[in-house]
Amino acid sequence: MSLKDILLPFKAWANVAKEPVSLKNPMREGAPRYRGFHKNDIETCIGCGTCEAICENEAIVMVPVEGVAGVETKSGDSGLRPLIDYGRCCWCGLCVDICTTQSLTMSNEHTWVVTDPEELKFIPGVDKKTWDNNELGWKKPAPNYHFYGQERVSMGELHAEERGDSFIEFVKGYSKEQAQLEADRCVECGICTATCPAHMGIPEYIKAVRNNDMEEGLRVLYATNPLPEICGRICTHKCEDVCSVGQQGEALSIRWLKRYIADQIPSEKYHEILDTQNIYKGDKKIALIGAGPASLSAAYYLSLMGHNCTIYEKLEKAGGMMRYGIPSYRLPYDQIDKDINYIESLGVQFVYNTNVDAAKLMELNKTHDVVYIGTGLHLGRSTGIPGSDHEHVFQSIDLLRKITQGEEIMVPEKVVVIGGGNVAMDITRSMVRLQKAKYGKVHVLATSLESEDIMPADREEVVEAREEGAIIDPGWGPKSIEIVDEKIKGLHVYKCLSIFDENRRFSPKFDTEDKKFFEADMVIESIGQGMDISYLSEELKSKLTFDPRGRLTVNKNFQSSLPWLFVGGDMVQGPDVIHGIANGHKAAIGIDYYLNSKK
Amino acid sequence: MSLFHIESDRSKYPQPGDDGKLVVDLDSHKYVKLWQGPNHPGVTGNMAIELTLAGDEIVQAKTHVGYLHRGFEKLIERRLFLQGMQTSIRMCVAEPDTNEYVYCQCVEELSGIEIPEMAKWIRTLVLEMSRLQSFLRVVPGQGGTTGLGIGVQWGMYMRELILDRFEELTGGRIYHMYFTPGGVRGLLPQGFKKRMEENLKEIDDFIIRIDDLMYSNAVFKKRTVDVAVINPSWVDKYGIVGPVARSAGFNRDVRKDYPYLIYDQLDFEPKVMNHSDIYNRSRIRWYELQQSVDLIRQIMARMPENGDFKAPTPNVLHWEIPKGEAYVRAESSRGEYGLYMVTDGSTKPRRVNLRGPSYTQAVCLLEDMLVGANIADVHSIMVSLQTCPPEIER
Repeated sequence: MSLKDILLPFKAWANVAKEPVSLKNPMREGAPRYRGFHKNDIETCIGCGTCEAICENEAIVMVPVEGVAGVETKSGDSGLRPLIDYGRCCWCGLCVDICTTQSLTMSNEHTWVVTDPEELKFIPGVDKKTWDNNELGWKKPAPNYHFYGQERVSMGELHAEERGDSFIEFVKGYSKEQAQLEADRCVECGICTATCPAHMGIPEYIKAVRNNDMEEGLRVLYATNPLPEICGRICTHKCEDVCSVGQQGEALSIRWLKRYIADQIPSEKYHEILDTQNIYKGDKKIALIGAGPASLSAAYYLSLMGHNCTIYEKLEKAGGMMRYGIPSYRLPYDQIDKDINYIESLGVQFVYNTNVDAAKLMELNKTHDVVYIGTGLHLGRSTGIPGSDHEHVFQSIDLLRKITQGEEIMVPEKVVVIGGGNVAMDITRSMVRLQKAKYGKVHVLATSLESEDIMPADREEVVEAREEGAIIDPGWGPKSIEIVDEKIKGLHVYKCLSIFDENRRFSPKFDTEDKKFFEADMVIESIGQGMDISYLSEELKSKLTFDPRGRLTVNKNFQSSLPWLFVGGDMVQGPDVIHGIANGHKAAIGIDYYLNSKK
Repeated sequence: MSLFHIESDRSKYPQPGDDGKLVVDLDSHKYVKLWQGPNHPGVTGNMAIELTLAGDEIVQAKTHVGYLHRGFEKLIERRLFLQGMQTSIRMCVAEPDTNEYVYCQCVEELSGIEIPEMAKWIRTLVLEMSRLQSFLRVVPGQGGTTGLGIGVQWGMYMRELILDRFEELTGGRIYHMYFTPGGVRGLLPQGFKKRMEENLKEIDDFIIRIDDLMYSNAVFKKRTVDVAVINPSWVDKYGIVGPVARSAGFNRDVRKDYPYLIYDQLDFEPKVMNHSDIYNRSRIRWYELQQSVDLIRQIMARMPENGDFKAPTPNVLHWEIPKGEAYVRAESSRGEYGLYMVTDGSTKPRRVNLRGPSYTQAVCLLEDMLVGANIADVHSIMVSLQTCPPEIER
């Protein structure tokens, strides 16, 4: 110890002359990244609930929000919004990082004084706060910063060159590793379940894929959908359109995962897994007309409820539009058979090659307790333009049916298809295959009223059709078919400016100056289908009610105004397979209720 | 000096018994029982020491903890792998980033994730900033225990400067929650290095000022030199680590012995002393404070400007880690800090156990060290061990 040790500490006195460093009010602003109070853009938010799932303190609860602009329960939006309890929140910001829509952010505001602690529970964005317009604060750090996979596991497919001349299924299906990798991306929000017409337990069966528990997966599938092999291939997948993972990345391949589960289990094991070896059969008899998805679905669930079902089908095999409308490169016949054979094994009777007319319908009414009609839309609609009555102008569904039945159809060198829906793409791609097999080259052109961005066909259908060599030229309205010497020369079209008028009524407008001519030897019309209800006598029709679009009106149980007559499938909803399956299931519940309450 | 030194009458003090331990007969009315803590400004947190005094000399000491127990290890068993980090940081309030690192590294090791180079640099930077702010509290804090409050005020201001940088970088001041299994949650903001350098310059000045104020202070020296000396033989007996072990002559530093992140690329040498009294234990932290400033400068000069900062992980909502176990250690400002994690193939850890230096140092070592010490030195001794009670009661 020295004198220095006594004197040196007194240097601290120099600080007396310095300015104090303490900060006075107003409080300084938080840093640009500060994790302060929450903000939520409620119009971007879809209420997926991943914030609730990741919150380690259970500070977030999803609550229904009513009467707020931009929030309603609809397809792709649960109608829920996060309520945050600041008594539990630790401001870690994981909710912001995982937010599927990036609607949830944090402001840099950090001071909030309240007298009532209940106020600390609030719904950001709905309960207006002073920091709602604060630009600074914690946000997702980088566009490529994610807590779940953004990219879809790519599906193995035959190359366009290999598949172009064959009707063999070209989507190969997932391997176990691929399926588990894809299933891992699911955030289990359940918006898909709400959107699916059949309300399938999608997060549950995806979880079964992750856990490699195929039996559980099959049980989940059959709870709401008795045609998983079929839906796993050709469903219109409304679920994928709303998938919250697709908000920033690519939506989950929900359809392929469904197919994966069904593909893993041989049909012999279905009875054991689904516990359907011994089904009680009662004395109630139900006749179902048309062996399409709606009738099959209704028959499946009615059988499980102990009713005796008989399906009457005009054609030689069951499946309806799934077999006779959808080409086998998308849906192979053995997969249709797998699903239908299982339904048949539950005791459902199939009567093929039987056309039900008015007399037969009344006979079925007498011999059965309930008649269910699900005859679908099998009448092609014509454009009615000059020349459309020529013998080489065909309806797409007639041709597709003939292809399935193995009949010879006309395959000229140049084909024009009018229509932009999935059926139009089916016939386009079928004609491509037939042409390639016959001539080794392709000249099929599909045109539609709708422009490219609003074409009703699935995007991948359009892309794949182009890969295979078809020309898709949308946005043109057909004017006339040019016929010279009794032979079709081609199709004249006008540029289509708009399709609907201001009242959303179908009223296309054309630019008559902007014309085009598509050369063709054959024109196929594929602009929608109508239903054939010639089997309903005038007497019956007078007792039934129809809506302005000509569809039969039914109650929520799909019961028509005649108590014994139930209706389903494309005739009342859709048109697509999953709607048919869904309303067939609902009708089965309705029929069961009707039969039990009739006593 | 002998003028002020009064030899006390040792006959009134307890004498060693047959087993060498002091025999304390409380019924003799010669002793006073005194609780130091848990509500006492001098203790290092929510803990208490039950003291038995003879005069002003301690003859028995017993550490009591349990005032802070919130069951963090158990809570983590109920949390997803992504969520556990937010709980783990609360096991040491003063220096939470080491918890973040050991937790994330455990998860990464068990799931086989390699973090990007950029993330390693940023993690090292954050760990050094964390060490720096911890020392900025404890170095002048040692002076505070002897009544030298002004250094504490300076140090707190310097620490606030570092917390400002933390806020700018991580979005939080105390709990940064900036590491995430797979990397970190962002790059350095624009102009961060420049502002950091300005702060480091102030800290350079502070280092000199605190040297003048504390280490060249006759009162401080009188209170700390040769007080509570740790015998080198105790180091292995009690599991002493970090600055306390280094001041007793043991060159032990996890950053050197088991290099992690990018410490093997940095240029530094652990400071070692050979007489572990309160003065030297505090002094070695003062050296390490300078070392931290130097390391931050090295990191900022050599780190890449840009790059990926987070490796992709499985979907965090159902991230399952296969059965396994891992122990990850890091050098915190208090010494070796480890996390042991056992996984069972589910989405949550089966068991998490944290090994911090405070457990052995404040429970076993402190009880033995306090015997014979003056009651006025208890705070100084506790601070010189840099005890952190939440780490004992995880």
